[in-house]
Amino acid sequence: MNANVMINWTDVGAAIEVAPQSARRVETVMGAIAVFRTVADEYYAVFDKCPHKGGPLSEGIVHGRAIACPLHNWSISLESGEALGADAGKGCTPTVPLKIADGRILLGLNF
Amino acid sequence: MTTQKERIVIIGAGMAGGRIVEEILKRDDTRFEISIIGAEPCATYDRIQLSPVLAGEKTFDQIVTHSQDWYDSNGVKTHFGYWVQSIETAAKHVVLHDGQTIAYDKLILATGSDPIRLPLPGSDLHGVVAFRDLLDVDLMTQAANNGGEAVVIGGGLLGLEAAYGLAKRGMKSTVIHLVDVLMERQLDEAAGRLLEKALLDRGVISVLNAQSEAILGETHVEGLKLKDGRVIPASLLVMAVGIHPHVEPAKSSGLVVERGIVVDDQMRTSDPNIFAIGECAQHRGQCYGLVAPIWDMCRTLADVLTEKNVDSSYAGTQMATRLKVSGVDLYSAGRFSGGEGCEDIVFRDPGRGVYKRIVIKDDKLVGTVLFGEAADGGWYFDLMKKGEDIAPIRDTLIFGQAVTNALAGQDPSDAIAAWPDDTEVCGCNGVSKGQVVASIASGNDTLDKVRGHCKASASCGSCTGIVESLLKCTLGDSFKAQTGPKPVCKCTEHGHAHVRKAIIEQELKTLPDVMQALKWTTPDGCSSCRPALNYYLLCAWPREYKDDPRSRFVNERNHANIQKDGTYSVVPRMWGGLTSAKELRAIADVVDKFNVPMVKVTGGQRLDLFGVKKEDLPAVWADLNAAGMVSGHAYAKALRTVKTCVGSEWCRFGTQDSTGLGVKLEQATWGSYMPHKFKMAVSGCPRNCAEATIKDFGVVCVDSGYELHVGGNAGIHLRGTDLLAKVATEQEALEWGKAFVQLYREDAWYLERTAPWIERVGLQFVKDRLAEPEMRAALVARFLESQAVYQVDPWAEHAPKSEPAKVFSPLADLREGFTQPEPAE
Ligand code: SRM
Ligand SMILES: Cc1cc2nc3c(=O)[nH]c(=O)nc-3n(C[C@H](O)[C@H](O)[C@H](O)COP(=O)(O)OP(=O)(O)OC[C@H]3O[C@@H](n4cnc5c(N)ncnc54)[C@H](O)[C@@H]3O)c2cc1C
Ligand code: SF4
Ligand code: FES
Repeated sequence: MNANVMINWTDVGAAIEVAPQSARRVETVMGAIAVFRTVADEYYAVFDKCPHKGGPLSEGIVHGRAIACPLHNWSISLESGEALGADAGKGCTPTVPLKIADGRILLGLNF
Repeated sequence: MTTQKERIVIIGAGMAGGRIVEEILKRDDTRFEISIIGAEPCATYDRIQLSPVLAGEKTFDQIVTHSQDWYDSNGVKTHFGYWVQSIETAAKHVVLHDGQTIAYDKLILATGSDPIRLPLPGSDLHGVVAFRDLLDVDLMTQAANNGGEAVVIGGGLLGLEAAYGLAKRGMKSTVIHLVDVLMERQLDEAAGRLLEKALLDRGVISVLNAQSEAILGETHVEGLKLKDGRVIPASLLVMAVGIHPHVEPAKSSGLVVERGIVVDDQMRTSDPNIFAIGECAQHRGQCYGLVAPIWDMCRTLADVLTEKNVDSSYAGTQMATRLKVSGVDLYSAGRFSGGEGCEDIVFRDPGRGVYKRIVIKDDKLVGTVLFGEAADGGWYFDLMKKGEDIAPIRDTLIFGQAVTNALAGQDPSDAIAAWPDDTEVCGCNGVSKGQVVASIASGNDTLDKVRGHCKASASCGSCTGIVESLLKCTLGDSFKAQTGPKPVCKCTEHGHAHVRKAIIEQELKTLPDVMQALKWTTPDGCSSCRPALNYYLLCAWPREYKDDPRSRFVNERNHANIQKDGTYSVVPRMWGGLTSAKELRAIADVVDKFNVPMVKVTGGQRLDLFGVKKEDLPAVWADLNAAGMVSGHAYAKALRTVKTCVGSEWCRFGTQDSTGLGVKLEQATWGSYMPHKFKMAVSGCPRNCAEATIKDFGVVCVDSGYELHVGGNAGIHLRGTDLLAKVATEQEALEWGKAFVQLYREDAWYLERTAPWIERVGLQFVKDRLAEPEMRAALVARFLESQAVYQVDPWAEHAPKSEPAKVFSPLADLREGFTQPEPAE
């Protein structure tokens, strides 16, 4: 990430509001963002739009550090936003910086 | 003339006391007159197993190791419920609490330990207990029967097992621990955190870094006050903060006592006729708190007393710990936290909750901590004890024995087969490989039989894998597990059939259990296997398994069909295709109220509302529920529709009440989850207006009764049904329908519809099972058992204002007009 960009950390809710192996949606002016929590309690945020045909990733099945899109089952990496497996190289969803502080979820937004 | 036998007297009928009697008799069962005195009012039991007894996983009878009968039949005199007051070493007798004396030639002290009680204010209140003997377990069980909150002071092995047992008995259970890592003497921080989480999943809350200040209450405990001011309510308080050796009456009798009763390498105390074993003994400066050393001590002492091996000597025991909390695999041995000159190899797979650390010094293994996957504990421990040079296998060591041996070109069971006979397999019961093999050879061909016969793997279970390997290599191919041909998905090598079988046979009841037991290669599976496993579990254990929405496809999680634009379609049930003015009015009102863009009559004889927003779903359902409608499961691998024609009620050709039978079939089977979607139809005559011969289960009514058809499909590959049977009454048609559904539920693979399933297993397979009245009745009974749990309207469960509805709305809305919460630092 470019160090010159000022990141505006925005509190979007308590970390426990997102259950393990699931996702919640955050609505923004730039479109919805999906906040994921993995089985190992790692949190990730990516735009809630599948690179294939725009499926809502927040509704998919979270497995490992990936999400299976609910519409046609592409697997998307939560770390990089890249499509994985058979669909690797076919598309990428933008990721959003995220950190957890004092039990709150902070998204790094620059808008 | 009778010669007086040598008299051996043992004080303490606990684990060491019972064991020493056994070891002596094994070597010489005629020479001695043995008496054993125990303060507890019962014979000898396996103290380790008090934890499973507390948790309700075992009964007391199952943990008795040496019963009164056993002592009697071996000619051992017992004095249970008696307390030894003092030892008169000059007179060579002991004095019991009632004043009687018992003379000895050799005396063995096996008095164990006492639990430490913290001198907190209030520690004498009712409801404050320790965790050491059967009485404590009885007290705790009684308290648990009244419900309430349990607080356990001490996050060590004992404390956690107590807290887990109490949580399992329905109490709210909290562990208070002084430092910030549970079991810090056995675990490093990473493993401690995993443990904390695993316990939380089992209902045990951990409060770390917490110092107790006072126990509150009038006569009975009401709570625990911490130094930081917090008060934790408690109706039961368990102190599990440690033990100290029980040194009375040795101390007052003048024997040398430091922390424990001091013994030499032959377990002899400062009096040459008196010996001490078990937790009361202090050997080379060390007192032990686990059983493994006891077996070694008893062997040495029995050798010495019977003079079978007068040079036998005890050199101390390395110890390993395993936590006995069901489903939590935790093993630790040796120096886990490293130190000068030590190197660590760490493996983690947070997804599966696996953490392994091995500590190496000078090419030798000196310690290990295993969490989540501890099957290799025994192997590491053996490498440690033997001081084996691990340099050649260092690369693969962390992956365990199977991988290490496989890469070295060796089958892991071959490696175990090559172990010398005296290698210890079961540390809890001191059973060697030779003894296990002999037990198998004498006809004990299953794990349970071996456990019953030679006790290997009967206590903590850590050596189960090794005993299984020994079964395999002793019995050959007949023991080898079978594996299905086509894997469920890339996360496993096992096929569906194998997985379904394992779930039932090994009683696997959670997703992580299945993945763990069948060695899934991914942390938490994938979008192919998770829904399949979730289905298999709920089908196998309808009452015990808790359905996991996170392992269901979006439609089944949101109880509606997702559309390409992210909106949903909603299909209420219309029983057998029937509807009413009231239902139609309610649907019309919903369409107006929520601006539903399109309503369509489906191919399944009902109405579909398209374009509903996710956040509106709960409210839409509530309105439909209010008019008496429930979910149509148009989205689920479950019963979909039962299509009917008008039948005898109106139609001039109708032979039976096809509409009525369709409604009854739908009412009996709705809500039932299946391997794939399932459709039914009932036609009133062979003109077949309801298209019953392309359904999963179709009924064609005829004058003489009902023709039952199965395995039809009008979807991707058209397949007409097969005729299964012809029955005379509506009652029978219903019964066969339920039985068929259940057979399909239990036998088909996930996402296999009835058509390909019947192609695979053959119609005869289905006929054989359904034609037999008893089997048919049993299938119906299992179906009804499942329906008792699953026939609930998922819509009603998610009505607005009820808690889960929250997840239908966004976590946050950062668009215009939305005020942000205070950002954290
Ligand atoms: C709504 C409906 C079409 C209609 O407007 O009539 C429909 C709509 C869909 N069908 Fe269908 N099928 C509908 C009746 C049928 C029928 C006719 C019937 O049931 O009498 C068939 C052929 C009969 C059969 O199943 O054997 C049918 C065969 C399929 C198939 C192919 C199944 C197969 O085994 O080959 C699929 C794909 C699948 O399930 O994997 C499918 C899948 C779908 C899905 C679920 C596609 C999807 O995954 O999103 C559509 C969902 C739309 C929605 O949001 O509701 N639909 N579909 C019908 C709903 C019936 C109902 O009331 O529940
Ligand atoms: C709940 C629980 C779980 C455990 N889990 C494990 C585990 O998983 N692994 C492991 O290795 N260890 C475990 N332990 C520890 C293990 O049980 C002990 O190490 C073992 O029981 C010690 O045996 P012992 O014979 O020395 O003492 P005990 O088994 O305590 O026996 C001593 C007996 O002597 C009696 N006695 C004492 N003084 C007198 C007297 N003056 N007169 C007459 N009788 C007297 C006592 O009443 C007692 O019955 C556990 C212990 C408990 C309580
Ligand atoms: S036939 Fe079924 S799956 Fe295909 S577009 Fe029509 S409704 Fe959708
Ligand atoms: S839109 Fe995600 S896979 Fe098609």
